[in-house]
Amino acid sequence: MKSKLILDKEQFDLTVSRLCYQLIENHDGFDSTVLIGLQPRGIFLANRINVTLNKLTGNKDLKTGSLDITFFRDDFRSRENMPVASETRIDFELENRKVVLIDDVLFTGRTIRAGLDAMLSFGRPRKVELLVLIDRRFARQLPIEPDYSGRKIDTRASDRVVVKWQQTDGQDGVWLITGSGDTEKNNE
Amino acid sequence: MFKAHHLLGIKDLDTEDIEHIFKTADNFKEVINRPIKKVPSLRDVTIVNLFFENSTRTRISFELAEKRLSADVLNFSASSSSVSKGETLIDTVRNILAMKVDMVVLRHPMAGAGVFLSRHISARIINAGDGTHEHPTQALLDAFSIREKLGTLKKVKVAIVGDILHSRVALSNILLLQKMGAEVMVCGPSTLIPKFINKLGVKVEQNLKKALQWCDAANMLRIQLERQDIRYFPSLREYSMQYGLNREIMNSVNKEILIMHPGPINRGVEITSDVADSPHSIILDQVENGVAIRMAVLYLLAGKKATS
Repeated sequence: MKSKLILDKEQFDLTVSRLCYQLIENHDGFDSTVLIGLQPRGIFLANRINVTLNKLTGNKDLKTGSLDITFFRDDFRSRENMPVASETRIDFELENRKVVLIDDVLFTGRTIRAGLDAMLSFGRPRKVELLVLIDRRFARQLPIEPDYSGRKIDTRASDRVVVKWQQTDGQDGVWLITGSGDTEKNNE
Repeated sequence: MFKAHHLLGIKDLDTEDIEHIFKTADNFKEVINRPIKKVPSLRDVTIVNLFFENSTRTRISFELAEKRLSADVLNFSASSSSVSKGETLIDTVRNILAMKVDMVVLRHPMAGAGVFLSRHISARIINAGDGTHEHPTQALLDAFSIREKLGTLKKVKVAIVGDILHSRVALSNILLLQKMGAEVMVCGPSTLIPKFINKLGVKVEQNLKKALQWCDAANMLRIQLERQDIRYFPSLREYSMQYGLNREIMNSVNKEILIMHPGPINRGVEITSDVADSPHSIILDQVENGVAIRMAVLYLLAGKKATS
């Protein structure tokens, strides 16, 4: 098992700021925009982006929610281990809003597919965009592409991408783990 | 990790299973308060609700839980079926399963009907009440409701009042609450309290006021007249005077108690309207939580790969 650093702390910060500037460019004043982080790991990126956007724009009203997709998965009943659900917290209307769905790593696209379905239970947004920190390109199993991506990387199916966060793991950074061979876990 | 293959009784569950059900029910409670209250988890699962006994709340609650999970639902009640033509339980169920049904929700007047059936068929079985034996989903939703209001079940004191002898709700509640670290007292006329109930480690009290002074939550059970072939007390009026929960006795106890009732309520017998509708009453929370708990149980059982 080998681990390779993809983004160190400095690159990590730069990437998050760049994503925020891209959002600012496309979301005029964020009046009708909301951020939704996908559980379990996308919420950290959503919160970080919210904090950074607050600093950059001074807009304190930007709404951020978290969405759990467990009950919308398409591999329920075909897995050995049942995934445990996390909290969903969306305390605002989605009707006619612009939604930015946020996840840390985009791989097969299946999580995002489930996320889109889960999100529609809360209303009909005007527009939905996808923002990811890491895009594992050429690995998609569904026609889903990100609108904003931090870094595009080429990986093999048996590789694993680990995103660490200051608040939970003690440091910011992204690593590529090769040769772990644990495919089910990799497909999270 | 949820280990059980069926939910036949609380006695087959350990604390880890119960916590897992509660945690999943927390998620489903959020789901059923969304604008669109449905998730597609059990899209390819067919469930039959086999009710050999009358039921309104439990049947509707299960049916709603199944539909919220997008399962296909079949309803069966014994009175309008071939059971009245003399078909046995196994034959009835085998015929239904031959049509590719994955799960069975069973209510039956005989204790152990679910266990018996589980030896003969491979579908997952959920016991929705078997005679005077167990009613596991009711106990789960009762405990879930207490946990929701008080934050924990550890050291919580729960009094179960009324017809303990004929109550499957009482037995399942006692087993579950004790597993989760709560203390349980049963209260009722001695004729309606099973002889060796103290073997289960519960306190026994004949005086309602003393029971209320002791407890944090009181679960008022219905007098099950349909199960009583002999008279266990002189009259409903006398029972109501001794064991009916009314405003007067609530005021005299002078402490905050959660009032629960598994339904259906006999207003004016075990509980008066002003108490049943008071802010202390969590009776309707129990009904709401019932759907979330049943969704959790169905989801966790359906998620397991079939064994045979």
